[in-house]
Amino acid sequence: MPFEWFVALRYMRDAKAQTALVLAAVSVGVSVIVFLSALIGGLQTSLIDKTLGSQAHITLRVQREEPRALAEPTPTLAVSRIVEQRAQRLRSIDQWPRILAIAESEPGVIAVSPSVVGPAFAVRSEAKSPIVVRGIEPERFLGIIDLEKRLVAGQLTVDGDDVVIGARLAADLGAGVGDKLRLASSEGIDAIATVRGIVELGNDTLDRTWVLVSLRRAQTLFGLPGGATTIELKVADVFAADAIAAELRARTGLTADSWMAVNAELLEGLSAQSSSKLMIQFFVIVAVALGIASVLIVSVVQRSREIGILRAVGIKPRRILLVFLIQGGVLGVVGSLVGCGLGTLFARLFESGTADATGAPRFPVELGLPLYLQATGIAVAVGLLSAALPARRAARVDPVTAIRNG
Amino acid sequence: MADPSPALVVEHVAKYYGDAVKTRALSGIDLELAPGELTALIGPSGSGKSTLLNIIGLLDRPSEGRVILDGIDTSTLDDTALTALRGRALGFIFQFHHLLPAFTAVENVMLPSWGDRGFPSAELRTASEDMLRAVGLADRMTYRVTNLSGGQQQRVAIARALVHRPKVVLADEPTGNLDTASSDEVFALMRKFNRDLGTTLLVVTHDTRIADRCDRVIELVDGRVQSDVRRA
Ligand SMILES: Nc1ncnc2c1ncn2[C@@H]1O[C@H](COP(=O)(O)OP(=O)(O)O)[C@@H](O)[C@H]1O
Ligand SMILES: [Mg+2]
Repeated sequence: MPFEWFVALRYMRDAKAQTALVLAAVSVGVSVIVFLSALIGGLQTSLIDKTLGSQAHITLRVQREEPRALAEPTPTLAVSRIVEQRAQRLRSIDQWPRILAIAESEPGVIAVSPSVVGPAFAVRSEAKSPIVVRGIEPERFLGIIDLEKRLVAGQLTVDGDDVVIGARLAADLGAGVGDKLRLASSEGIDAIATVRGIVELGNDTLDRTWVLVSLRRAQTLFGLPGGATTIELKVADVFAADAIAAELRARTGLTADSWMAVNAELLEGLSAQSSSKLMIQFFVIVAVALGIASVLIVSVVQRSREIGILRAVGIKPRRILLVFLIQGGVLGVVGSLVGCGLGTLFARLFESGTADATGAPRFPVELGLPLYLQATGIAVAVGLLSAALPARRAARVDPVTAIRNG
Repeated sequence: MADPSPALVVEHVAKYYGDAVKTRALSGIDLELAPGELTALIGPSGSGKSTLLNIIGLLDRPSEGRVILDGIDTSTLDDTALTALRGRALGFIFQFHHLLPAFTAVENVMLPSWGDRGFPSAELRTASEDMLRAVGLADRMTYRVTNLSGGQQQRVAIARALVHRPKVVLADEPTGNLDTASSDEVFALMRKFNRDLGTTLLVVTHDTRIADRCDRVIELVDGRVQSDVRRA
């Protein structure tokens, strides 16, 4: 065994109580980091999953029509204005198949789906509900929103008269699979529809208003033959959505809304969560570092005569330095192994302790190799850094002083 | 009878302490130690014996003068080179409690060479065990040194000082903390290795019975050599 390792491990074994105490501190620190990261990571992932489960990552649509001024003010003419917002009528995206191709060619985009979206009423005998008609190409739309997972009755048939509606709307209208509805669009055009499937998206508004029809049927309902009012996109990296949206805005001249802009509040919440996690991690790291450093300093002071003897009999300062750095590193490694185990245990206990009646976790935690590697990396770095000061002090022990005071 | 190539030469060595008010611990020391000589360094407390030993042992640098060890002018060496030379050419025997308490007897003997090379070798292990056998500790090799008596500990220190066959061994009051019987044992061992291995030995001592049995006795008073007597 190399000299430095032999001496370092012997010193740690020799001071069992001290070693056990710092190891406990490092382990608890690492387990707090692991537990906290697993919990917050899981929470964020499931929040984002939930948010994106019923939402496209990026939506392209035509720009709003802005009111135009009748007269501009000049140095001699003051204009008093009453601005009336124009009623927005449904407009198709100009040459949308070309835009679709552009969007598909954009790096990072994994699915693209054109649709006609417009307001309408759904009528069934006495009941009448305001709805949002979404005309889609089913295969493409499934690439954006995983409807299969959310189907609660019937099947996903969207073609001709066959439609799929939201679960709350089905309840409001008292409609089941096989029942017929009348759809009355904002353009004053009617159509008969047969409910083939019912989906539950987990978002109250959507579940109360969505009626999925074929793209062709929606084009007819809104008087937009061959048109599409929106193009929806899914991207590989959800946090790249803003950048890709900006790119597409520039390339197409259309309005491009990313989910990040739409859900700015959610993201702010998540980032606040992340900062508080970092704060807690920081304080845990400081506490662990102080623990390691103080125990090693005490060890160096206690052993300064021995260090002096080692120096006197020809051991170089570099080796003495390593003896104490190794102790810090070993404390970090062993502490992080135990801490990862403990943190995982806590996280799993928490997960199963807060599970709902069916045993499905309400707060799924996010564990895994990246987290363990990160925690271990932090612990080893903290171990080495906090050992640096004591180790330098040990390497500087003057043999004459140490021996004379012995 | 001056030896043609002395093991150690001390030339005009002086040592001062303090900046403003200088304390003179040593002044104008000139010495030569012949190879294989067993020399006692005596003198009243505070006369500079330990200071001289530390300078000869390359643990401290003189304020003036120089030390030539085995033909090497040590005043030209940097700290790293001094440390290396110390590990190879010198052996130290301090007061009895100057072993490493966290280690066993054989580990204490092995550690200096182990730390010099980085790794232990089978030969080092064998040589260390042989040394411990030679000092009569065959049955104590794997004992923690804290579980050994004062005399046994000092014998471990002798084994440690000699295992790498240094040119010169320096001992600062090696029997200072031992009873008469243990003192005699320890000195007998030092004498034996001095004869068998031809090791040059410089022993600081207060014990006149020990000084009387050395080849040469140097007396320091107030940092100067008061007398230097060789026996036939
Ligand atoms: N580090 C030091 N600082 C100041 N004075 C010292 C130091 N070391 C030794 N001295 C002084 O040098 C003189 C010689 O000390 P020392 O060599 O220890 O004597 P001895 O070993 O003969 O008892 C003493 O007066 C002592 O006080
Ligand atoms: Mg002394």
